[in-house]
Amino acid sequence: MEHHPAPWHRGPSWLRNRDGHGGPLRREQADRLGGGVAAGVAAWRGFNVTTIRIAFVLATLISTGYFVPAYVLAWLLIPAAGEDASIASKARSDTSGIRLAVGLASLLVFALVVAGALNDGWFSGWAWPQVVSVAGLVLIWRNASPQEQATLRHLAEPLGAAAGVTAGDGRAGRRSTLRLTLAGVLVVGGAGWLFSARESLDLLQPLGGVILVIAGVVLLLGPWWLRIARDLVLERQARVRAEERADIAAQVHDSVLQTLALIQRRADDPQKVIQLARLQERELRSWLFEGRAPNETDDLTVGAGVRQIQQDVESRYGVPVEAVTVGECELDDNLTALLAAAREATVNAAKWSGASVISLFAEVEPTEVSLVVRDRGKGFDPGTVPADRKGLAESVHGRMTRRGGTVTVTSAPGEGTKVSLKMPRAAAQPHPVSRAR
Amino acid sequence: MTGPAPRVVLVDDHGLFRSGVRAELGRQVNVVGEAEDVQPAIELITELLPDVVLLDVHLPGGGGQAVIQAIKTDHPQVRFLALSASDAPEDVIAVIRAGARGYVTKTISTAELADAVRRVAAGDAVFSHRLAGFVLDAFAASPPPGDLKPEFDPEFEQLTSREREVLRLIAQGYTYKEIARELYISAKTVESHVSSVLRKLQLSTRHQLTRWAAERRLT
Repeated sequence: MEHHPAPWHRGPSWLRNRDGHGGPLRREQADRLGGGVAAGVAAWRGFNVTTIRIAFVLATLISTGYFVPAYVLAWLLIPAAGEDASIASKARSDTSGIRLAVGLASLLVFALVVAGALNDGWFSGWAWPQVVSVAGLVLIWRNASPQEQATLRHLAEPLGAAAGVTAGDGRAGRRSTLRLTLAGVLVVGGAGWLFSARESLDLLQPLGGVILVIAGVVLLLGPWWLRIARDLVLERQARVRAEERADIAAQVHDSVLQTLALIQRRADDPQKVIQLARLQERELRSWLFEGRAPNETDDLTVGAGVRQIQQDVESRYGVPVEAVTVGECELDDNLTALLAAAREATVNAAKWSGASVISLFAEVEPTEVSLVVRDRGKGFDPGTVPADRKGLAESVHGRMTRRGGTVTVTSAPGEGTKVSLKMPRAAAQPHPVSRAR
Repeated sequence: MTGPAPRVVLVDDHGLFRSGVRAELGRQVNVVGEAEDVQPAIELITELLPDVVLLDVHLPGGGGQAVIQAIKTDHPQVRFLALSASDAPEDVIAVIRAGARGYVTKTISTAELADAVRRVAAGDAVFSHRLAGFVLDAFAASPPPGDLKPEFDPEFEQLTSREREVLRLIAQGYTYKEIARELYISAKTVESHVSSVLRKLQLSTRHQLTRWAAERRLT
């Protein structure tokens, strides 16, 4: 290759639209479609890249596919722009990659033999050179830079998923010797059958031979292909784990670190600090133990409703709410009313009782759901509630009785208040929905 | 309470938390040692033989139940109280089933914690409201339809309605004394109900418990 070519005369713009860069031939990464060979050639001599691409496609058609392996080889052998080593020089030390390449190529050869036995169409003429292409692409895939791998994934993943990546050493034992012998017998027998069947024009007969050949090859190469597929899965799992870790880091940053920063700035306001800490604690708990993203909207279940009440009351009134839910089921109209009543009772307790903590207990049973709101605050004498305090009477009592629920309020001055709510489930099922979501 | 202050070993991987608990509990119980991981904890407990071990559910070297399992065959007199910030029911139930006499959350007040330690030292079981909820949940897991014939001893594998009632009240934040008043029974009876629940939880081979745990893991 000429390093300092004499300047060419400019041709028409469809052929040449700039001067060549005059440097060595490199695969161009900026406007590549595949390996960037066409773009590289264009930049090297100053051709119009579209023209080069059209020429490549024509060459492929005229050569009945033999141009494709040439392209792949160029991809392998020509270093990318800005790099010194070609992919091929890296691939030389990648023994498992070479093994994989050979494996895939053999798979293709096998497929072509079978296809050829069934029909001798133009297809096989096109496909045979791709044996080399596939092997080359595998080596490129394993040894190229990450950006190129991303491009290649689109091209090669369907193939890779079908056949996979190889690894490990073929530990030869008695079993594999047996397998080899058996495979050999099947292949030879099948091939012989095929040959003899050629004479007769019976269409069904060659099929038997084909099946034997397939059985032989599968026996011979099957375990290897399986191992290759497994390795691919392992690679994918590793990638998923890395992504998960990144997720966790992001989550901790978004929630915990932000809250810690807020707490530091509000250090002079203990009430606010406690509130922030509890809010963060709850968020972290639901994320860690219930697999629920912080801002995810709750699905409509009793447990979610109770959590929502807890959260709202805590952040609005600054009174901690200890919530325990036993069992779980989806909300129906009755249970929505129950939760609304429970919310009212909890807000009442937060506003009036003066208790330092309110407990909220929900239990889902097969035919009904009970909810208890309890505080150890001032309490009151239920007989002397002024008529204008409608909260408990209307919001709680009315809501419950309209739907067939019951309310029991137990309270005495100085002994706290307990509001027990029971509501039948509208569509009473024989069993509560399990917690598994 | 009568008798000398119970001797306590703290096992928790957070140094800050240990020193905090030690400072707060110091006057009410006798903290004789601290450990931060499973193996050191086992050695320390075997050497000191404390009355109560305050044990974090989550330890780097295998979790709290590893400590309990290593100690309890040789030294059944050492009692464990699980203490954790964790909310994962299956972890908590696992530690209880390994042999802990109770479970409290780390947000518990110092006075309550000291009381819990004394009660565990006296041989009682200590259920926090959260543990009560978990236990109810675990035992309430309904058998699959069609699985009508129980393969387990029904009397042993189910909670009695009284035990259920006691657990419900604990989950609502009642103290044992308040429960006794509510149900017109003695505090001692409440205590025996709780101990019996604990025994059922620990000895139960019921596959429902394992299924419950498995289901939880799927969530």
